[in-house]
Amino acid sequence: MAEVRETGRVRFAERSILPGLGPSLGFTLFYLGLVVLLPLGGLLLRAAGVSGEHFVSTVTSPRALASYRLSFGAAFAGGAVNAVFGLITAWVLVRYRFPGRRFIDALVDLPFALPTAVAGIALTTAWSPGGLLGRPLAELGIAAAYNPLGVVIALTFIGLPFVVRTVQPVLEDLERDSEEAAAVLGASRLQTFLRVTFPALAPALLTGFSLAVARGIGEYGSVVFISGNMPMRTEITPLLVMTKLEQYDYAGATALAVVMLGASFLMLLAINLLQRWQRRAA
Amino acid sequence: MSGTSRPRSSRARPFLIAAALLFLVLFLVVPMGVVFASAFGKGIGWYLRSIRNPETLHALRLTLAVVAFALPINVAFGVAAAWALARFRFPGRSLILTCLDLPFTVSPVVAGMIFIILCGSNNALGGWFAAHGVKIIFALPGIVLATLFVTSSYVARELIPLLEAQGRDEEEAALSLGASGWQMFRRVALPNMRWGLLYGVVLLNARAMGEFGAVSVVSGHIRGRTNTLPLQVEILYNEYDFAGAFAVASLLALLAVATLIAKSVVEHWSARRGAPVAPAPMATAAVRRMAE
Repeated sequence: MAEVRETGRVRFAERSILPGLGPSLGFTLFYLGLVVLLPLGGLLLRAAGVSGEHFVSTVTSPRALASYRLSFGAAFAGGAVNAVFGLITAWVLVRYRFPGRRFIDALVDLPFALPTAVAGIALTTAWSPGGLLGRPLAELGIAAAYNPLGVVIALTFIGLPFVVRTVQPVLEDLERDSEEAAAVLGASRLQTFLRVTFPALAPALLTGFSLAVARGIGEYGSVVFISGNMPMRTEITPLLVMTKLEQYDYAGATALAVVMLGASFLMLLAINLLQRWQRRAA
Repeated sequence: MSGTSRPRSSRARPFLIAAALLFLVLFLVVPMGVVFASAFGKGIGWYLRSIRNPETLHALRLTLAVVAFALPINVAFGVAAAWALARFRFPGRSLILTCLDLPFTVSPVVAGMIFIILCGSNNALGGWFAAHGVKIIFALPGIVLATLFVTSSYVARELIPLLEAQGRDEEEAALSLGASGWQMFRRVALPNMRWGLLYGVVLLNARAMGEFGAVSVVSGHIRGRTNTLPLQVEILYNEYDFAGAFAVASLLALLAVATLIAKSVVEHWSARRGAPVAPAPMATAAVRRMAE
């Protein structure tokens, strides 16, 4: 019986003597459908029920537009900081040996491991005007916490592992031959880096940057404490969704959630294209 | 040593190391230090009192209950999904891989609200549950559902690259030597997965215990009833009980430290045994591209 059933499957898939495609794929589809696709589909269905006029007026209201500017702008700024310092960090971890390297390597994943609410209150305390890092900034006349800069700081924290962890393996696999050839042919170290090493790292760097931005756009927990949450000024889009939910404005929340879903879908598409490029470059 | 540091040692080296260290200290070390310094800001007595507070203990129990549901379910799902997607090629496979990436790109707030829309008492499904006396939103089932959503692909995305890298030779050998499918899975496939599985479990556990945004939406913040530890941190902080908030936060920070240590240990052991697991943000998409 099992044999017969299996051969039926084999024709549908690829010839393989391994068993278990039926039950494992069946459970995967059932679970994904129930926990991921059904709820997301429910949101889209609900959005389809919102009148076009109400939808447009919600997603293009000045308060919503201000929140997109902050969410996207701060995510890009945080991603850019991470692109520069994440590249340096990956470089240092791969190319240099120094005491404490393994500790630092493990530390890079802290933003994945630390709950966002904890990160949020810790960053707020550190960067507030009376805090360890906020006080020197305040003396320079720069306010970090409760300002857009605070949002950038939180999103830099959240996106930190992405660039390091995408660049690191590529840098490890990079053949040193071409760098050494460039050096032998008389290129300076900077020329070698700019002309040989950097182009090889660029796709991974851009992938890491996009992952950090994608994560930053939707981030909530680490931002709400440090941002100050003032409408039009320091209110991120996920918080605006939250506010609408708390006011039982489900239609408005749904409309904004669809905009955010669209943004994350586009980021996912961009990341997949980048990874295809990265594979071709490798 | 000589293979990794260039003979023509660079003048840039100290500056680059200093820049990386400064960056990591500002963004990682200082916040961690702040958590523990503030937790003990009012002395150890206050710290212990904050942690022994009945509401905090209730939040801890609720957090553990949520993990007790989310962990086994998503581990089972991860193993099944990895087996189907890494061992077989079939039409629609890359579509499923893309669906696995969805929970990573969706904002936690949206991840929470989809369950309010789906199971809220103002629609058919929620109304049916309410009529049968089952409360989903603002109760434990809603918190579990939101946690299941955000942690659904943690195990799969660790296992898929591992299974792809290992190949299917050992499994096929076991079958041709007469093992039944189940024996092969239990004796060969599962032991080969163990490092990736452990790695995924460590990360899944950290996210499940620490999830804030999604859980915040569905929990309703009912004190002593539907507050998980991260939500308890928020409540105490918003009530200006900073020492109390950081005391509770320090428990979660210890969880993060334990997670990082466990992660490093698994990475180290798995590399020594020739089946390295790797930190892989959104690995499924990357692997899909590599596999094709």
